Amino acid sequence: MTAAIEFRGVSRIYGEVRAVDDVSFSVEPGEFFAMLGPSGSGKTTCLRLVAGFDTPGRGQILLDGEDVSSTPPYDRNVNTVFQDYALFPHMTVLQNVAYGPRVRGVAVAEREQLAREMLELVQLGAQGERRPAQLSGGQRQRVALARALINHPKVLLLDEPLGALDLKLREEMQIELKSLQKKLGITFVYVTHDQGEALSMADRVAVFNRGRIEQLAAPRELYLRPATAFVARFVGSANVADAALAQKLGSAAAFAIRAENIDVIGDAAAAPADNVTAPGTVVAVQFHGAASRWQVKLDSGDVWSALLPEVRGINGFAVGSRVKLTWPRSAAVVLNASSA
Amino acid sequence: MRAASTFFWRRPYWYLALLLVPPLLWFGTVYLGSLFALLAQSFYRIDDFTAQIVREPTLATYQQLVTQRANIDIVLRTLTMAIAVTIACALIALPIATYMARYATGRVKAFFYVGVMLPMWTSYLVKVYAWRQLLAKEGIIAWFLDKLGLTSVLDALLATPGIGGPSLSSSFIGMFLVFVYMWLPFMILPMAAALERVPGSLLQASADLGAKPSQTFRNVVLPLAVPGIAAGSVFTFSLTLGDYIIPSVVGAPGYFIGMMVYVQQGTAGNIPLAAAFSVVPVVLIFVYLSIAKRFGAFDAL
Repeated sequence: MTAAIEFRGVSRIYGEVRAVDDVSFSVEPGEFFAMLGPSGSGKTTCLRLVAGFDTPGRGQILLDGEDVSSTPPYDRNVNTVFQDYALFPHMTVLQNVAYGPRVRGVAVAEREQLAREMLELVQLGAQGERRPAQLSGGQRQRVALARALINHPKVLLLDEPLGALDLKLREEMQIELKSLQKKLGITFVYVTHDQGEALSMADRVAVFNRGRIEQLAAPRELYLRPATAFVARFVGSANVADAALAQKLGSAAAFAIRAENIDVIGDAAAAPADNVTAPGTVVAVQFHGAASRWQVKLDSGDVWSALLPEVRGINGFAVGSRVKLTWPRSAAVVLNASSA
Repeated sequence: MRAASTFFWRRPYWYLALLLVPPLLWFGTVYLGSLFALLAQSFYRIDDFTAQIVREPTLATYQQLVTQRANIDIVLRTLTMAIAVTIACALIALPIATYMARYATGRVKAFFYVGVMLPMWTSYLVKVYAWRQLLAKEGIIAWFLDKLGLTSVLDALLATPGIGGPSLSSSFIGMFLVFVYMWLPFMILPMAAALERVPGSLLQASADLGAKPSQTFRNVVLPLAVPGIAAGSVFTFSLTLGDYIIPSVVGAPGYFIGMMVYVQQGTAGNIPLAAAFSVVPVVLIFVYLSIAKRFGAFDAL
């Protein structure tokens, strides 16, 4: 099967900044593909390259097997939901949605019919005659979605589409977007800096850092087996032992250990056999409801965190107490060298 | 000092009044007051025998304005010129303003903004007289066209009835050129300001949905530039309607509204008619704005 999108050694350099640095990957048809990374990591530039708003300095971009590196946006069968929605303020909601068919020469009655169907799909059937300025943020988001879907694109690009919404609405839209994607069978490329969003929605996630992909894997794999320290920290908020610290803890290479796998025990208490232990001092305890996060400063200077279920949070170590962190040796994930 | 600050902090309306009353007095009395005084003058009339102003409300002056063929000609002549100048300014300004606002960056952008405003920093009179020299029969424009072998084209243009004349500097074509030159910045700047406010993502969205650049321009850029064009055209339109120096220095014989105001309140001493003439541009601009509003020029604001 031909990949919906394929990047072959793509670079995009702005002056001194390597926004995208020799990136290769492919997205399968019908896949929900997330590009995750902090701001400036290159994920948005990759999206712009797919949409055609930017051209690669080096490498090739293929859509459905066809090289589109120099094809203008209006000739690509790809549509975008913009971060700021980019709704045309001088048009009604219906005219906004009907814009794609309009510029392709579809007659008024037909395109308005199509637009009404799209608005029904995003549950905004009654809002067609209003202006974008009269809608709420969530409604604008839906209009942007309807407008992008009306052309039946092979690929839908979403640039931090939920970033401007409040938490509750964001969670609702996540579920809705996911089911819409399943229903329509369109390839979604979803750019976000929110790892929770990427993990919960995507089939596969590409983690970007400094213009490169650190790891491309399914969410569970990404969380359980981060390949690099950057991925371990960014995706799993895991504790990372660099090579020097790993050596002290009796491990050959750098490793990551997730907060929920660490236990906090008293300074004098004995850890189970085959556990690794590291002594330190409690710096802070944050109560999160079901669990508490313990920040412990190791003697090496690193601050690690342990996530303890509240039922276990009774051992009452005060801030400043000497404690030991302990975890099963098998829970540690060995990391590759990484740029971070 | 502190006590005074606290006093005003707790009484924000007093503070606001203190700030606003002086400028509002200026605005109300000097700015609007003088305009209404002028308007009032136009409802007086001049006594034909004594040449004294009769200070009784009457529509006689307006009747004189709208019934005398010569006066109607003046209004129509000025109006035609104002419309032509506005259209020409809009056509020239649109590509320049689009480039300035959407494509130019850094130094190029600064160069364009300074370049557009630079001519406004020199004396208006100097520019008008300079243009008279440029457009004269023996002037540099005629000389240059002669070198290009285009004298016959110029002659044909000047032979056009209605807009021609013995030379560019004494024809409506010449006057038109000077008006367009003078008022162009007043069209470019509001237009560029309107285009600057259009988010780049709207243009990307348009292209993304399949619009070719010409379609994006027609469907997105132009409608969003319309408030800027409307603001600019109010400037070019009203400046042309009210100007009296350019028509008296450059151009064909025949009065313009501004010249008529100048002559009537000066040598002729007919203040009511001068006032009535100066109300004409105000009325025309109201008419223009209501037409623009009807066509939705301000919907994108």
